[in-house]
Amino acid sequence: MTVRIKFRKFGVLKFIGHLDVMRYFQKAIRRAGIDVKYSMGFSPHQLMSFAAPLGVGLLSDGEYFDLEVNSLTSSEDMKKRLNECMVEGMEILSVKLLDEKAGNAMASVQAASYTVRFYEEKLPVFSLKDAVKRLMDKDKIPVVKTTKKSTVEMDLREGIYELSADDDKKEVTMLVNASSSGNIKPNFVIKELYHEMGEVLGDFDIIITRNETYTGTLNNFVPLDFEATLF
Amino acid sequence: MNKLALSDEILLTIEKPARYIGNEVNSVKKDLSQVDVRFCMCFPDVYEIGMSHLGIQILYDMFNRFDDVWCERVYSPWVDLDAVMREKKIPLFALESQDPVKDFDFLGITIQYEMCYTNILQILDLSQIPLMACERTEEHPIVIGGGPCTYNPEPLADFFDLFYIGEGETDYRALLDLYKEYKAKGWSRKEFLLKAAQIPSIYVPSLYRVEYKEDGTIATFSPINENVPTTVKKGLVPEMDNTTYPMKPVVPYIKVTQDRVVLEIQRGCIRGCRFCQAGQIYRPVRERSAVLLKDYAKQMLTNTGHEEISLSSLSSSDYTELPELLDYLIEECNEKKINISLPSLRIDAFSLDVMSKVQDVKKSSLTFAPEAGSQRMRDVINKGLTKEVILQGAKEAFEGGWNKVKLYFMLGLPTEKEEDIRAIAELANDIAALYYDTIPKEKRNGKIQIVVSTSFFIPKPFTALQWASQNTKEDFIEKAYLTKKSVMEQLNQKSIKYNWHEADVSVMEGVFARGDRKIGKVIKRAYDMGCLYDAWGEYYKNDLWLQAFEEEGIDIGFYTTRERDLDEIFPWDFIDCGVTKEFLKREWKKAMNGEVSPNCKEKCQGCGAMRFETGICIKA
Ligand code: SF4
Repeated sequence: MTVRIKFRKFGVLKFIGHLDVMRYFQKAIRRAGIDVKYSMGFSPHQLMSFAAPLGVGLLSDGEYFDLEVNSLTSSEDMKKRLNECMVEGMEILSVKLLDEKAGNAMASVQAASYTVRFYEEKLPVFSLKDAVKRLMDKDKIPVVKTTKKSTVEMDLREGIYELSADDDKKEVTMLVNASSSGNIKPNFVIKELYHEMGEVLGDFDIIITRNETYTGTLNNFVPLDFEATLF
Repeated sequence: MNKLALSDEILLTIEKPARYIGNEVNSVKKDLSQVDVRFCMCFPDVYEIGMSHLGIQILYDMFNRFDDVWCERVYSPWVDLDAVMREKKIPLFALESQDPVKDFDFLGITIQYEMCYTNILQILDLSQIPLMACERTEEHPIVIGGGPCTYNPEPLADFFDLFYIGEGETDYRALLDLYKEYKAKGWSRKEFLLKAAQIPSIYVPSLYRVEYKEDGTIATFSPINENVPTTVKKGLVPEMDNTTYPMKPVVPYIKVTQDRVVLEIQRGCIRGCRFCQAGQIYRPVRERSAVLLKDYAKQMLTNTGHEEISLSSLSSSDYTELPELLDYLIEECNEKKINISLPSLRIDAFSLDVMSKVQDVKKSSLTFAPEAGSQRMRDVINKGLTKEVILQGAKEAFEGGWNKVKLYFMLGLPTEKEEDIRAIAELANDIAALYYDTIPKEKRNGKIQIVVSTSFFIPKPFTALQWASQNTKEDFIEKAYLTKKSVMEQLNQKSIKYNWHEADVSVMEGVFARGDRKIGKVIKRAYDMGCLYDAWGEYYKNDLWLQAFEEEGIDIGFYTTRERDLDEIFPWDFIDCGVTKEFLKREWKKAMNGEVSPNCKEKCQGCGAMRFETGICIKA
């Protein structure tokens, strides 16, 4: 049996990287006494799979991982037990039983939505709304993406599904591709907005919050726990 | 939300920001209005090292059990943050509250190895606390040192207000109460220090005067006030079952060196290895009962969620209830999928059986620490391990499927001759030959892999070899070369890999180990010139250290190679660690004659620790 766990990462936990978040949960699951399934062999490990790794510095209200368990109590009970051993900065939002037909968390991820805010002393000097309009009017936004192995040119526009801005709140929200093949980092999008307006985004100007992680297909994205049910 | 001392921009630019944010599972937060004393506990090395230390966890937990005290932690900022803090003049802060260390009542620094001395100055400097104790006022925290290196605190005497000598569990409460009185009554810092000197285990360096002879050795070492004791007695926990232990150790986010539950099964060691300081200063050996340890193990695993547990002691095989404890742990851990790591076990049928249950035989290696290659040399250092015992253990291990062996030795031991060094390679060769003799070709799982490692012998205070002359750097290098050459000459040389320790740093360590107050200014100068993280090979700057010694006019040989007179007054003689100088002299003479001494279980040697009336002394 696999449960899909949704959690929120906030506050100082944004400085904890993905691998350490995994280690954190392995220990938390032991503390909470969850009847988790282990691999075989001399150093058994818990069978867990995280959806979309979150970079250091990012906050999130919609993180997921799958956990294989031997037995279940109830969604409420498991959530409560896990929350009792969280630190400030981590909160379990739900524990649901995954559909047997559903793919694992990582493979399911197709899109993610983000809200981007600015440090007070780094507010943009132009209208975000105007920038968004200009960017979205384009057919193509060619950017160069550098990975460990290579640099590839890609079209950013194609992976931006929704983009909007609020000039009063100084916020940008977006829904973008988050699949393993076409993942778009939100700061890329903001950089392009600045570029459109002839400005340059600094390295430490923005605070990014991932709002939700989605599966499904374009025009029909659903939150990742859509494939799971309360028990 | 939790506040942070560092900005997001800084935290996102440096390596591993998790080192500096606190907020770990089981870290303790208290309401400031409810506490009287703020204690900042420091391990002067990087977070991953400091967080792995059991002693800090014990004291952190002990202090926080006191309602009127809030104890927090601080570690050395890594070099990247160090640069930022200096440039931006950010004061060093404690992890839990993120408040500046300089606003605390106490800064306690544990001193575990000599090569962290410049890191201590970094901590003070970044905290914006005057480096010299004599320049501190009532506004500054009381800076107190503890840990094994304080059995010779003299090189650090200028930088500390107090040293706590011995096991921290015993006398801190009295010191905290005195501190509260000092604050309530508005005493001066001097008055407080004078009164603190009267608490057992507490040493106040500024209240002692040292006079030297013309040859540089100590003429007199005496208190400057009649209320200050001439000797400082170490603190010792009388009953290991009746003391404090951290049931909820702090669980770090990032991977640290010891990422596991640690069970301290006993303190002290029955074996009087003559080079080993820990074997003397923790005398007498005291065990914790298995019943209690089982309960600790269970609670600590539940409270931390760690996936590994390990036993801590100087010699686990000597723990009387080991079979019972291990049976329990193996069963419990197997069920909960927890790894057991077993350090310092003697290789014999029992330990091999246990190891085969908890490790992957094919991947794990056997560890022997004969410390010296020849039997004569082992007798000198009183290492009661014979070649027969090693070969017997190895044979059984090979039959059990092991084929990786690690061997640890020391070079530069007193009376060492060329043949003793050659014997290291020969022993390794004999073990390899034994493997090929014991295991038929078709059953072998590849070649045998033997790793021989040597460190250089450094005489330490409160050991029988404290009178010994340490080798020069050149001697060390020559001996390592001879070892390498002898290994190459062996028939099975292809199965033997040889590693040796850095010689430069061993010389420095030797100076600090047996140094006196004159060394303080060298440490300060080296720090000012940029020495930091000396325990980290890549940051150790030998040329700067040599320059610092030269500029201060201090002769390294005086501290290392010089032969000591039997009745020389040592800088650490004012400490009563239980073991008497008379006993150590007897042992030194026996060492020179190659005579061994039985261990505490076989026959009491009258070392002096009997005065504590506990542990092995009253059992034997
Ligand atoms: S007094 Fe005897 S039994 Fe006690 S520690 Fe010393 S040698 Fe061992």
